[in-house]
Amino acid sequence: MTKPQQVDTAQLRARYPDVFDRPASARLATPAMIVAALAILVYGFVDLDFSPSRFFSGLSQLGWISLMMIPPDPGSSLPIYLKALGETLSIALLGTTLAALFALPVSLLAARNVVPSKILRFPVRRFLDSIRGVDTLIWALVWINVVGLGPFAGVLAIAVSDFGSFGKLFSEAIEGADQKQVEGIRASGGSALHEIRFGLLPQVLPVIAGQVLYFIESNTRSATIIGVVGAGGIGLQLAEQIRVLEWQRVSFLILMILVAVAAIDFISGKLRFAIIGRRAVA
Amino acid sequence: MTIAVSILPEQQLATLNAAYSQAVARRRWRLLFGAAVFAAALLLAAVGAEVNLRTLFTYFGNFLSYFDRILTLDSGQRVWTDVGEWLWGWRKWLKMLGETLLISYVGTLIGATFAFALNFFAAENTSPAPWLRFGVRRLLEFARTVPGIVFALIFVIAFGLGPMAGVLAIAIHSTGALGKLFSEIVENADMKPVEGIRSTGASWLACMRFAVLPQVTAGYASYALLRFEINVREASVMGFVGAGGIGQELVVAIRKFYYSDVSAILVTIIVTVFIIDIATGWLRGRLFGKEART
Repeated sequence: MTKPQQVDTAQLRARYPDVFDRPASARLATPAMIVAALAILVYGFVDLDFSPSRFFSGLSQLGWISLMMIPPDPGSSLPIYLKALGETLSIALLGTTLAALFALPVSLLAARNVVPSKILRFPVRRFLDSIRGVDTLIWALVWINVVGLGPFAGVLAIAVSDFGSFGKLFSEAIEGADQKQVEGIRASGGSALHEIRFGLLPQVLPVIAGQVLYFIESNTRSATIIGVVGAGGIGLQLAEQIRVLEWQRVSFLILMILVAVAAIDFISGKLRFAIIGRRAVA
Repeated sequence: MTIAVSILPEQQLATLNAAYSQAVARRRWRLLFGAAVFAAALLLAAVGAEVNLRTLFTYFGNFLSYFDRILTLDSGQRVWTDVGEWLWGWRKWLKMLGETLLISYVGTLIGATFAFALNFFAAENTSPAPWLRFGVRRLLEFARTVPGIVFALIFVIAFGLGPMAGVLAIAIHSTGALGKLFSEIVENADMKPVEGIRSTGASWLACMRFAVLPQVTAGYASYALLRFEINVREASVMGFVGAGGIGQELVVAIRKFYYSDVSAILVTIIVTVFIIDIATGWLRGRLFGKEART
């Protein structure tokens, strides 16, 4: 039997120094990044008033709260909560639909293959970006100032903030569309509107429908939180019950939200599957 | 020159046309039916959400003039004519903005740590036991589905007013969201290295460390950075319920109608979000190349 050849490490090391010695910058980069990240973390703990005593007393409080949440019990206000849940679902559906309706024409203006002029596209894109930069809750506060407290303000808040996201997503979908079909329409003598209607929209609509469904789903979640600032729906009830420390009702409301979100997830998953097929869902 | 267009005989054309219209008609009916159901749902929703078009039309002018008002100083001038007066509180606001960024940073890091610890149990291919996977998955789902601001509302009562509640709320929400994404990365990882390591007699922990982890760290870091970006937005509204950050200043300004302050704070938030977006996008591109950016 042959013995494996004895390797002289020192000799190899002398012959291929690059393989054995990485430069100091490469070796130190990862530890340096970790140290920096931890330093910021520690600074954050100090600056944000973290202290072990506060943490543990809070934790024991939280334990008490969780104990008091059991069993979940709506008390006598189950009909009110169901109505509030319906309100939340309505807010999500209406807000998303409104946003999609308004975003579609604007997204055409922001798409490179429809509007080649950069001067026209740039302001539209920045406009959409700034709308997206403002959170839904802030829009809710603004709309409450305008139309008063209530679910209508929530609808408008979701519509405005989704308008920004949809404008961006739709224009990306349009830019991803195949140009060949548009050229085909143009070659057969179609006008610019014909190109959009028969060349672009058939390609883009399934993608857009999938995105709208996904947003209805995620807006069910957003619609629960805008109630916290007074824009209607189940979030309003939840915030009120938390403020008056009715923990059993709080846990019941949270359960209701979880069930509703799961149900909407399930339905919109099925619908998306039906509209755009298996491949695009995954 | 004449162009020869072949025209089919009459009866052949008729059958083709009939077949076509039948095929299209079915699709049209389905579309129409879907549209009708959707319209009915919308109508129902409009009643449920107390939509009142008259209010909208009456007050829509208010919405537009709101932007006019927040862009006007107390002296009646436009805000950009006197930037010093407009951004009078910039010292305080920058400090609050810094606090917001710290909240999202600490929250993201804590959340990512927990997600990292839990995700191997949630992934289908690495979880040691089905019951463990089921439990961890439900836990992550719970943390992800309950909105961050609801956690913040509860934590404000448990831990007292202040940024600590915000940090913990963001941490929990990030744990849920990142845990799911992380476990999906693990599920897509190549299992051959795991087999190789296991065949040497290594424990489960060693398999994770030396076979899975090297494949997935880049994806983890990319998602964590993306989450940080989202959390900056989230942290900017945590102040609405008293959980620290710039949101506190904003909600006071909006509720008390300090118009020019509203626009000033909004502009600082938007600019910060832009900068964070661009910076993390650049960082992810630098660290992981183009393909990891999606």
